[in-house]
Amino acid sequence: MKPRKQRMAIVAVILVGVAIAVGLTLQAFEEGVSFFYSPSELLAGDAPQGRKVRMGGLVLEGSVVREPGSMEVIFDVTDMENTVQVSYTGVLPDLFRDGQGVVAHGVMQPDGQFVAEKILAKHDENYMSPEVADMLAEKGHPQGAPDVAAN
Amino acid sequence: MSDFLAMGGYAEYVWSTFGLTAVVLVINMVGARRRLRNSLREAGLRAARQRRQAS
Amino acid sequence: MKLPTWFHKLGSPPHFYRLATLLTPWFYVPAVLLLLAGTYGGLVLAPADYQQGDGFRIIYVHVPSAYLSTMVYGVMAVASAIGLIWRMKLAHSVAAAAAPIGAWFTFLALVTGAIWGKPMWGTYWEWDPRLTSELILLFIYLGYISLRGAFDDRDKADRACAVLALVGVVNLPIIHYSVIWWSSIHQGPTIKKLDAPSITGDMLWPLLVMILAYTLIFAALLLQRVRAEVLDRERNARWVLDIMGAPAQGN
Repeated sequence: MKPRKQRMAIVAVILVGVAIAVGLTLQAFEEGVSFFYSPSELLAGDAPQGRKVRMGGLVLEGSVVREPGSMEVIFDVTDMENTVQVSYTGVLPDLFRDGQGVVAHGVMQPDGQFVAEKILAKHDENYMSPEVADMLAEKGHPQGAPDVAAN
Repeated sequence: MSDFLAMGGYAEYVWSTFGLTAVVLVINMVGARRRLRNSLREAGLRAARQRRQAS
Repeated sequence: MKLPTWFHKLGSPPHFYRLATLLTPWFYVPAVLLLLAGTYGGLVLAPADYQQGDGFRIIYVHVPSAYLSTMVYGVMAVASAIGLIWRMKLAHSVAAAAAPIGAWFTFLALVTGAIWGKPMWGTYWEWDPRLTSELILLFIYLGYISLRGAFDDRDKADRACAVLALVGVVNLPIIHYSVIWWSSIHQGPTIKKLDAPSITGDMLWPLLVMILAYTLIFAALLLQRVRAEVLDRERNARWVLDIMGAPAQGN
């Protein structure tokens, strides 16, 4: 009986020990593990200055301006508290649209504009047919606004 | 039919993922079967050796 | 803690071998039928998504693979713990048999996810917490497989691999909660609770059918691989020689 209990204790020690070690490591690198900063965090100076960072938020409704004759787009990214203007030149992902969650990878300029080299779209965990989406929209449920603002 | 194949413009993505999935499933099915066949053959050869020694 | 007798009986190789031989087709046949039904439901019957159009159909192969990648690891870790604590060789055989299957489905989850990410997110790969922790899972599986190959002595390999499997288990909650604990490009889980999934019924049922099909196919593949594993380990045992038709020796 005794050696079996001993082996059980060893297994428990391995599990708990590794969990604590990894938990502490992740705690220490919390900032580094997260994929993006919110506009509020960026404006508060939480992100490294003048370096390439990722900023995530929602595309502010009606803020998208396309420069005619070029691939340049200017739009606002918001976390519902603060808003940062983003400029980007290039191909946008299919899901990019008003109100969509996006992650912009680029550098915050001293003038407060975020110049992005890459734009990623984020989608939420909701799936439904266009008919159901229209029905929900009529009932006043907002659609296409993922939970990025909560991060 | 061609509408179905076009997958609303996502044909390359949808068909490549479904195709790859089919390939990996077949690899796994064939792999598990082959592994069992090998072990059975190995065990059979051993048993046959014993049979020869016994006779 | 004492194990019930039926568990000990299940742990006896000849008993398990016979049971596995008997059960394999009962998992295999429904698995293939459900796989076909789920694929038809996902590609043809389910409506297109309001945002992703037909591109969302990748969910029917991506999510079941991702689910299996972690579920198989759970099986491997539990089997390893049982093998270590109760010195049950069959449990180690189960862990060894699960590893290659888990590795394949992790690979599949990563690649189908990358292909899905390109049109929707705009990238094949990002060093994001969810994506990175899933890649680490693949490395753990590959590490497990190569560690097993590095030993000549089977008992030593069993013990070393079991410890590795237990250490790697810490990655499972990280994969699952990565999208909740940290900001991520990956969205949260669609099926958190079965009574309130974030997907409508006409899109949900093929997904559930696929998940069930994958689970059954894993069970069938695992049984076949455990049988092979048991035969290799017990090649000199009387019962193996018996089913191979060797003559009875002595009594």
